[in-house]
Parts: sequence; C-alpha cells; structure tokens
Amino acid sequence: MKISKEQVKNIAYLARLELDEQSVELFSKQLSQILEYMEKLSEIDTKDISPLYSPIDHSTPYREDQVHQEYKREEVLQNAPEEDGEHYIVPKVVS
Amino acid sequence: MDIKSYSAVELRDLILKKQVSVKEVVSLCLDRIDETEDKIDALLYIDREGALKKAEEMDKQGPDPDKLLYGIPVVIKDVLTTKGMPSTCASKMLKNFIPFYDAEVVRRIKEHGGIILAKSNMDEFAMGSSTENSAFKITKNPWDLERVPGGSSGGSAASTAACQSPISIGTDTGGSIRQPAAFCGVVGLKPTYGRVSRFGLIAYGSSLDQAGPICRSVKDAALVLSVIAGKDKKDSTSSPRPVEDYLAKMKEFKNLQGITIGLPEEDWKEGLDPDIEKRSQDFFKLLKSLGANLVPISLPHTKYAIATYYIIVMAEASSNLARYDGVRYGYRAKDANELIDMYVKTRSEGFGPEVQRRIILGTYVLSAGYYDAYYRKAAQVRRLIREDFLNSFDKCDLILTPVSPIVPFKIGEKVEDPLQMYLSDIFTTPLNLSGLPGMSMPIGIGDEVKVPVGIQFIAPPFREDLIFGSCNVIEQEIGKLPEPFGL
Repeated sequence: MKISKEQVKNIAYLARLELDEQSVELFSKQLSQILEYMEKLSEIDTKDISPLYSPIDHSTPYREDQVHQEYKREEVLQNAPEEDGEHYIVPKVVS
Repeated sequence: MDIKSYSAVELRDLILKKQVSVKEVVSLCLDRIDETEDKIDALLYIDREGALKKAEEMDKQGPDPDKLLYGIPVVIKDVLTTKGMPSTCASKMLKNFIPFYDAEVVRRIKEHGGIILAKSNMDEFAMGSSTENSAFKITKNPWDLERVPGGSSGGSAASTAACQSPISIGTDTGGSIRQPAAFCGVVGLKPTYGRVSRFGLIAYGSSLDQAGPICRSVKDAALVLSVIAGKDKKDSTSSPRPVEDYLAKMKEFKNLQGITIGLPEEDWKEGLDPDIEKRSQDFFKLLKSLGANLVPISLPHTKYAIATYYIIVMAEASSNLARYDGVRYGYRAKDANELIDMYVKTRSEGFGPEVQRRIILGTYVLSAGYYDAYYRKAAQVRRLIREDFLNSFDKCDLILTPVSPIVPFKIGEKVEDPLQMYLSDIFTTPLNLSGLPGMSMPIGIGDEVKVPVGIQFIAPPFREDLIFGSCNVIEQEIGKLPEPFGL
C-alpha cells in the first residue's frame, strides 16, 4: 500500500496535525513501508472469526447512577491554558 | 548500610524492627540518585523535600506492620498521575501538567506506606522501545552508558538497576516493562490485563495497557503486585477476582518438579542474537536440573503479532490522544486566531514525531474504507493469537520465550527506521494482545556485549502466582547479577 504525500497531509489534517514538507516526505515513505508490512495479515483466512477487542473475561455491569462530587471546580480548571474561574476559554469558534 | 544490596522486602523488615529509620532509607536513595543520575538520566522529577518530610512523619508515628510497602521509596513512570507532582508522559504536550489526583496504582502504594521518590523518563506517551523518544532527555543503560535502556519504561528500569530505589513502577502496552527490565538486568512483570487498575494511567492503548512492578528480585515483584492488584470501581476493566497472597504462595515452591514449561518452536528457531541464544541454552539446562519438564509447543500465529499489534495500538492511540486539544490541560499553541487553527497548531507543536506517526497511521486504519481491512482484521487475528496461547496451556504450565531478539543497541542506532524498531517487539506484544501475564527476569550477562540477558515466563490469565513461585526458585539458583558495569 503506497501512501502518497497528498494522502499523508489529508489524514494528518483529520487528526488535526499539520506536517512540514520534510515530514510529509519522510512519513509518506515510512507509512507506506509499515502498511506494506501489515498486508501480511491478508494471508490469514478469518472469515468466521469474531473480532477480539478486549481481553477481559468478566462482565462490566453499570454501577448505580448516583450523583457525587469527587473534585472541585478549581481543581479541574487548574491545568487549563486559559480559564475565567468558571469556564474554559478558547479562541473564537466561527471565523 | 549499603542500600544497593537490599530488596524492598528486606528493607521493610529492617524498618519494622526499627533497625533503620524511614528517613535513613530515603536519604540513602537520594544519595544514590546523586551518585548515578548524571550518568544515566533516568528521572524527570525528584521529590526530595516531599519524600524526606513524609519519611520524618512516618518515623514519628512508628512502623505499621499492616502496610506492605512501609517506608519503601518508589520511582513511578511519568505516565501515571501523581497528585501535586508533574506527570508529563515525557511530552512537551504535558510539560506543565500537575494532576489533582493520584493514579489508583499510586494511591495504593501510598496507602501501603510507600513513598513516591521520583518520576521516571520514558518514550513520549509510552511509544517506543528505547526511551529515545522522550521530549526531555535520553536515558542510558547503567550497564553500558552508550546503549539504550530499552523502553518505553527505560527510566524506571535504569533507575532500579542503578539502585536509586528498591522498586519502580512501569507500564506495558507491548513490552514496555519486560523489554527494558531485560535490557537493564532487573525483574519486570506485566500483570494479566485487568489485574491492575488503569485509573490515572494516561491512556495509550486502552485494551493493552497494564502497570506493573520493576524490581531487583522476584519477591519484591510479588510484594508490589499484592499491593497494586485488585478491583477498582473507577476502572470497569479491572477484574473482580480476589487477589492472591503471592508471597505466601511462593513458599510452596521448593523446586520445579512437576512443572512443565512450553518452548514455542517458532520463537526459538532462529534470528536470535548469539548472546541471547547462548544464555538461553544454558538456562534450559538449569531448568531441567531443577526438575522442570521442557516440551516443545507451537504458537503458529505469533508471526502475525507485530502487524496485529501495531494496527490495534495505533488505532487506540489515535483515538485516545484526540483529547489533547489545548483546552482543558496541557500545552496550547500561541497566536491561533480560531479554534481549529488552535487545535492543529497545539497538536503539531506538542507531539513529537513518533507520536504523530502513530496518530496518523491509527487515523488511517480506522478511516472509512480501511476499517475492515485493517482494524477489524487485526482484531480477528488477535483472537487467533490468544487462542494459540490458551490451547498451549493444555500441554504446559508456563511458556518460556526470549524477551527480545536483540541485545541493547547503541543510542541513535535505530532511530531512523521505525519498522525495524517495531519488529523487535515480536516476543512481548502477543501477551498484550492476549491479556496474559508475563515476567522478564535476568539470566546472565552476554559474552559479546557485556550487558544482561533476560528471559520471559508467560502464565495463563491471573496465574502470576505460578510465575513468582517458579522464578523465585530459579533466582535463588542463579544468584544476583554483579553491579552494573557502567556506574
């Protein structure tokens, strides 16, 4: 599977990343190589195999839906790059 | 006293008998950090004052025999949150992040009287096998300062090998506890998936991540697991199974009579570094002399493990790392004039190249049109890999494999070729895919490259007791490694 430079840029943007030209070039080469290696899996017939998404073997029932406060607002806001004591502040959303 | 020669179990005994104070133990570890840290760069943050203050308080109160880690200094990998202490994941993205809560692992260690001494270096967001992907520093292998300590828990492994503290905590998504433990000549356990809570373990591959102990003895690993294991209501994947008294069960093992150890023929056939091959052959003889029965087994899908693992882990990473958006915590790029622009700049400036590579690949394999061919397919092969192991345990009690096909390489030697780096995770990733427990322990020093060689024991789910019991017998027989040659 060849990943073109254009594809690298597009996928990067989907993940909200922007690469410089040099990285686009390098990633296009490296990602193609890695995906080519992953093609290996097509050798195996997995027609009737159900996918395994997690190795846990216990059930995970819902817990009681009880409201309780574990953390204070100040604590939750303390690592924010910008806040006003009540809200997170972000740049304007609509340009 | 020479702090280097004491295990956590022994130190705790001395503290309980009041033959040494907690403050002395903490001070000796801090001295040891001062002696070694310039050489190995294992730590990102050292809490000198906090640790000494805590030690003084504990000495004033007097020892508590119910606390399993009473007075023991512990180094924590910087991917686990520590309340009021930086938790950076060795990333520019979280450089100034100071969590307001402890990871459940950290909370339990503190509850049992452990003292958080320092936070250790790692590959950024735990993505790597050499600790060269840290945004802040490159950790060196204490046995040979020109070589890598392994990764991603390279800081924890190097620190413990250098005796900066008796024990450290690492995390393992594809081998990140076991491989650095092998490279640094220490014991490293990845518990069964679900045995240890992931609350506060900053997520990378959520269906694969587990925290576990890195120690200088099997007994210490058993002690630490008995503290950190168990159900946590804040992590629904943590198992409700009762936790065994691992140290008590260990005493039932006197030799390896009656224990059958499976050797996967695919893993032992070729392509191993000669030093690893040689030490392993010696080790097979030792196992037989202790009464173990060695049988060949087959794990036919292991050869697909790397492809399967990297598809799944990159998919999970791309999803997990979407949270770094410069809004609630972490780095935010300056001079962005609207929201999307802020996201893009923040993420492009905050993440290093390996993290970006994995996010992009993960986004690709999850995208419409490719999801079935990559992610779903990998999840199906994942089941086959797990079944190989579970079927094999009909024929044996434990499985024995190398930890890595290669010995610690020189710093910088492999950074240009990510795929080559991924391929060296062949023996460790199958366990994360299958959820099985595995422990790496040192079995000697190489002849060509004078660094430790490790080996990996794998048990059925939740049978860590079997690993500890057997490996403790083996460790008594092998004896201790010398002090690291690079220090």
